[in-house]
Amino acid sequence: MPLEKATEAATARQVLTLGLGDEEYGLDILRVREIKGYSVITPIPNSPAYVKGVMNLRGTVVPVVGLRERFGLPTVAYDKFTVIVIVTVGARVVGLVVDAVSDVLDLGPNDVEPPPEFGARVDTSMLTGVAKREERLVMLLDVERLVLDAVGAGLPEALTAAGVGQTTNSRLEATAS
Amino acid sequence: MPLTEKDLSRFEATFFEEAEEHVATMERALLALETSPDDSELVNSVFRAAHSIKGGAGMFGFEDLAGFTHVLETLLDRLRQGRDRLTPRVADVLLCSADTLRGLLDAARLRGPEPPGVGAMRESLERELDAVGGGANAHGAYQARDGHAGPQEVRDVEVTFEPGRELFARGMDPLLVVRDLLSLGEAGRVRSDLSSLPDLDALDPEVCYLRFVVDLRTAASDSAIRDVFAFVEDVSKIAIARPVPAAEGGTFAREGARAEVTKTVTTATTVRVSTEKIDKIIDLVGELVIAETMILSALASEQPDARVRLRDAAEAIGRNTRELQEEVMGVRMVPVGTVFGRFPRVVRDLAAKFGKAIVLHVEGEDTEIDRGMVEQLADPLTHLVRNAIDHGIESPEVRAELGKPAEGRIGLRAAHQGGRVVVDVDDDGAGLNVERIREKALASGLLDADADQDEQALMALIFAPGFSTAKEITDVSGRGVGMDVVKRTIEGVGGVISLSSELGKGTHVRLSLPLTTAIMDGLSVRIADQTFVLPLLSIVESFRLKPEHLKTVLGAGEVVRVRGDAIPLVRMHRELGIDVESTDPSRSIVCVVDTSSGRVGLLVDELLGQGQVVIKTLETNYRRIDGMMGATIAGDGRVALIVDPQGIARRATGGRGKEKEHAARESN
Repeated sequence: MPLEKATEAATARQVLTLGLGDEEYGLDILRVREIKGYSVITPIPNSPAYVKGVMNLRGTVVPVVGLRERFGLPTVAYDKFTVIVIVTVGARVVGLVVDAVSDVLDLGPNDVEPPPEFGARVDTSMLTGVAKREERLVMLLDVERLVLDAVGAGLPEALTAAGVGQTTNSRLEATAS
Repeated sequence: MPLTEKDLSRFEATFFEEAEEHVATMERALLALETSPDDSELVNSVFRAAHSIKGGAGMFGFEDLAGFTHVLETLLDRLRQGRDRLTPRVADVLLCSADTLRGLLDAARLRGPEPPGVGAMRESLERELDAVGGGANAHGAYQARDGHAGPQEVRDVEVTFEPGRELFARGMDPLLVVRDLLSLGEAGRVRSDLSSLPDLDALDPEVCYLRFVVDLRTAASDSAIRDVFAFVEDVSKIAIARPVPAAEGGTFAREGARAEVTKTVTTATTVRVSTEKIDKIIDLVGELVIAETMILSALASEQPDARVRLRDAAEAIGRNTRELQEEVMGVRMVPVGTVFGRFPRVVRDLAAKFGKAIVLHVEGEDTEIDRGMVEQLADPLTHLVRNAIDHGIESPEVRAELGKPAEGRIGLRAAHQGGRVVVDVDDDGAGLNVERIREKALASGLLDADADQDEQALMALIFAPGFSTAKEITDVSGRGVGMDVVKRTIEGVGGVISLSSELGKGTHVRLSLPLTTAIMDGLSVRIADQTFVLPLLSIVESFRLKPEHLKTVLGAGEVVRVRGDAIPLVRMHRELGIDVESTDPSRSIVCVVDTSSGRVGLLVDELLGQGQVVIKTLETNYRRIDGMMGATIAGDGRVALIVDPQGIARRATGGRGKEKEHAARESN
């Protein structure tokens, strides 16, 4: 699996780097639709804690996932640097709350290594690899996995009851395999 | 025809879609013919439909389908030429062949085997044909391509074809028509008349300026020649000169007008919009752009009147946005006739099946309703109409005894009423027997023996799951699944169903539906520190909670007493998992909502106001949330969730609403 992911990541690409605490993460720039300042979020009842709620993105109702909460990092108060990165996966639009965004990195095939089996604070199944650049260590997020997991797999019983989750679940399985 | 495989498969989908439409057209026209058998335009439309299907089927190589339609077409051609009147028997055969056509189309689409009964159907068509036309050889067997049949004498004709100027715009190609014509026989001269062709700079390439004169030596009858122009004749002038009197018989089997398949593809997810509507929308968008310019210039202006101009612009934007919203909503609207269209056939067939004489009155087919709503409406309406036929209308003998006209009447009406669409289904049949309903309800435990229910409440019991008063179970109705499903479906789209009936006089069901599923009236409420929207329609009443009305019932949770009734109370903040410090219910408000699991009181903290809300689905980007039907954007730009009272009631009562109500009643 890691080998496969490494091959996948081996092509040259650009990532948007963002900060969570003192760690640095990278998002495939092709997934990023826009970057917004923190907006008002309406909580959704009976949802996992990392789903912060839904926000209004020019008339579209978009769910917002807190990356700190998702990765079990200590939560912090949102401030003027807090940023919501809007990403698209398939037809879905989802917001990710991060502490800050820093820059865009050009990554060559040799910059990316497979994710470490342990030692990272993040569940490594959410990573596609780790990029090393001079002193920096950027963990590359599997955006698709992250988003589908956040919107689909939170409450399996509610999903099957609603009859909408099946597609999401099967897509999840497809990504997982 | 130089069509590649890819082209063909793309057109094939279009062919099936259009064939479905053609079968529907045939069916409609055949039913109309039963009441006015002399309307030649109706016969023509049936013929054109069959002809189109045959043409397409031949082109795509569906020989079964083409062969069957050919026989059908031949019979229709005879009717069309007035050689045979449409007897009820022929009408039956034709209607059945419409069903057979559907079966054949499905088989062709799935590349499956020929469905059963096609052979028998074809035989009975041929029998009719023999009965009216004198001999099986009169109609000639179907040949896939350019078949020449019939005993017509060979003669010379001059055919003048003047295509309408808008021919190209309709996706027709005159060349194909001319080629079709030439395939009928030996071509002499083909002349193109270019006299109306303008100079190059004045030429509109989308206008057809040509006229063709074709000398033809052919064995085809005049009607066979005219068939070539079946799809262009309404916009074109066709003349056949030096005609020899047409002999009987001799129709030709050829490919239909191929150009037809280039018409716009319509699927469930596309809408046909009149250009008029689009123009109106473009105009409105244009005005919005002007208003934007007004704002920008007013903002840049140092003049003292800048404020006034700004206000004018804001007003213009408000006005235009409202109009634009209306127009765009209008795009989603379709006439309710698209659902009503199926009922003449349903009524005809079921009436025959139950040996009843029934006339269906349809009114207001043009009433426009949201596309999504139309799809939801089909099943419940079918159920209501079937019920009326099966349980409502009595047999002719019984009606005669009762002094009613032998023919029963079922009415199907749609109308706009105060921003909603009202659909009425009524009959002049037996009406609901309230006593029987009471007995049934007692027997099935839906009703307590000592309960004193008024007539209206008893009638409402027919909407309860598992309820049926039919003495016998038929395959049409009486299984007790149905009215509850009807009610649930209608409520699911934000509609209200009501019922009135008089024993011996008839039953009247009224569906009141919102114009669209995209907008609804909502009541904004505060629950803890959050704003939620309740669908206004589901709210029966709301009042401030008095502590003495609040009771805790063992095993049933909290109930609130409303005029002697005890209804389950749901503390919304608890249900939604919102942490609050104060839980003083006496400062709260109870909104009583009507749901399929009974009435439930929702405890909220404050009523904030009501208004129209645009419903946004949460599923697009997130997923369905239990107890919520969607979200909307509030005036301040925040997202507010819309509560689904049905879902909340289900969650809160665990689907045991009735039992709890009973438990509560006993405990008092």
